[in-house]
Amino acid sequence: MIIQTFVLSATLICALMAITARRLLISALWLAGCSALLALSIALLGAPEVGVVELSVGAGLVTIIFVFAINVAGEEAVGLTSIVPRPLAWALMGVFLLLLAWLVVPSLLVPALPRDSLQFWQALWGERQLDTVLQVILIFSGVLGSLGLLAERPEGGRAENKREEGAAS
Amino acid sequence: MNGGIWTIAMVAVLGLVAIGIYGLLITRNLIKIVVALQVFAKGTILVMVAAGGISGKPAIGQSLAITVIVADTVVTVMALALAIQIRRWCGTLDARSISRLRR
Repeated sequence: MIIQTFVLSATLICALMAITARRLLISALWLAGCSALLALSIALLGAPEVGVVELSVGAGLVTIIFVFAINVAGEEAVGLTSIVPRPLAWALMGVFLLLLAWLVVPSLLVPALPRDSLQFWQALWGERQLDTVLQVILIFSGVLGSLGLLAERPEGGRAENKREEGAAS
Repeated sequence: MNGGIWTIAMVAVLGLVAIGIYGLLITRNLIKIVVALQVFAKGTILVMVAAGGISGKPAIGQSLAITVIVADTVVTVMALALAIQIRRWCGTLDARSISRLRR
């Protein structure tokens, strides 16, 4: 239990550093650390399968995509503070936390229910088979969507458009 | 004994969600917004696992956590692709520049 407390507090510190870091690249690296520590704590909570997926996807794939995006878009971290004033942000965060705690705390006060015997793979591939298939479709649509978003417009097409505009005017 | 672990996990969930919300509110940088969204989603993953453990149905909670990870990754990829395109067209990562895309 001491180990879990330590790992979870380290996760929170990494998340805080990811939010407050000035440079975007440093922020992405703190986020990767937060993800890896969260994977460890999920594995310690008794869900090693989810921990492995979080480690490979959250700490691996997402970090690579972040570093790629920051390299393409360039660093522009300073000076972009929100129009929301800081006290209002703190107040909204407090209200949200109170609502969430109001929902969460009663479930912690009741005694723990007995574990059912359903295995993880039975739940994923048996009871929630449709969801798993939909996740595969979601991944493919995400890949196709990002390819479509990142596609370069062909130079010939732009030149033709300019020519048409010139002819129209 | 078992309940203490879930209490710590729920406190960590509250912390992650609070940090995510605060990050979403204080910045205008599009990539920083996606970072805050990621922190928020990590709280969601942890709450799925913890809720499964508390309610005695860990398998359901863990499979839902997998779903959240997949959906969150796809959302992140799409948001970063959009941020790159906005940077290309507007020359800045400022979220307010999106209104300039309207012709």
